[in-house]
Amino acid sequence: MSKPIVATTSLAGCFGCHMSLLDIDERILDLIELVEFNKSPVDDIKEFTKMCDIGIIEGGCCNSENVHVLKDFRKNCKILVSLGECAIMGGLPAMRNNIPIEECLQEAYLNGPSTKGHNPDGIMPNDEELPILLNKVYPCHEVVKIDYYLPGCPPRADLIWNALVALVTGDEMKLPYEVVKFD
Amino acid sequence: MSDKVKFKIDGKECEADQGLNLVEAAKQNGIYIPTLCHLEGVKAAGSCRICNVKINGRFMTACTTPVSDGMEVENSTEDIKELRKIIVETLFVSGNHYCPACEKSGSCELQALGYRFTMLVPRFPYAFEPKEVDAKSTKLYIDRNRCVLCKRCVRSIKTKDGKSIFAVKGRGHNAMINIDHELAAQMTDEEATAAMDTCPVGSILKKERGYFTPIGRRKYDKKPIGSDIEESVTI
Repeated sequence: MSKPIVATTSLAGCFGCHMSLLDIDERILDLIELVEFNKSPVDDIKEFTKMCDIGIIEGGCCNSENVHVLKDFRKNCKILVSLGECAIMGGLPAMRNNIPIEECLQEAYLNGPSTKGHNPDGIMPNDEELPILLNKVYPCHEVVKIDYYLPGCPPRADLIWNALVALVTGDEMKLPYEVVKFD
Repeated sequence: MSDKVKFKIDGKECEADQGLNLVEAAKQNGIYIPTLCHLEGVKAAGSCRICNVKINGRFMTACTTPVSDGMEVENSTEDIKELRKIIVETLFVSGNHYCPACEKSGSCELQALGYRFTMLVPRFPYAFEPKEVDAKSTKLYIDRNRCVLCKRCVRSIKTKDGKSIFAVKGRGHNAMINIDHELAAQMTDEEATAAMDTCPVGSILKKERGYFTPIGRRKYDKKPIGSDIEESVTI
């Protein structure tokens, strides 16, 4: 039997969830035995080359590129897992959700401490090559169907490990109290 | 001595003083009924509904119900646990609860209930409604993004001459907690810390004191909320 195929991505996240995946320490050697990686920053495969069994999503959707990648994952993965608070509820990027987008951009490019007085022409990035910001940051399950959720900021390495092993082996997933946290 | 009454919770024989509210009566018998707005020694409000139990077949809030002889209480059935989980999820989506950035994380009762009910994701869409932060007071600030309107602060935090420092402004959907800046400025550091500890979430916070306890040593890092009650009585 061929190994299950895993793909991962970081949307509007900080890569902390991927770092936490690496925090499984030497079990990463067991993981390589258990699964094969496809599109993922772990192996730097940029595009899907085949249908995957498990897609792991870090980060929510803050721009059009995030939505595009997330939909691509839904199309190419049988199971999608939201990994971490940002994928589940928008996380820290979603703190902008209560501030009008114009105000956010003005703070970032015109009035912020590092830009004030240094952008006399008032230029804001606006090129068709750049992804467009969404009106707010969306949790992944409000954009596509998500099958499983692993909370945490970042999710504890043991939680990610338990989940991957459960998904691959078909055993029931262990959720000990210490590993299910929202921070 | 007041009279003792006998009652049953999930079939277990219990005994407590007549007239004691069911949350405290259950606690004396080593049974945890989850609460959020309830505060021991303060008049019950019954506003959060987390302590919903079935008494003689009907839903009632345990914090507002005095225990009486022969009561048959259902507390830990699957449908009641699910109902409570739904309430917790509703609170999570109706406020702006960014746990990773919150000073109260790890010691927050709402978060602890989320852990206890193994809430992995709320089943409702997030509201992301704008809420105001009031940081005008010298000792405390209120972050209404996190407020669950339990009214613990309104009911229990008073000045020595009995004046309320916190009050509810507006009604229904517009209700929010307001702080009397003048009275709040007269609070001692101990009173301000007590106010912060009274708030079940990270809505009332003492200034200049964030992230005090390291991760791993906070109140609910290792053990679920209520486990101290469940471990207090060994039979």
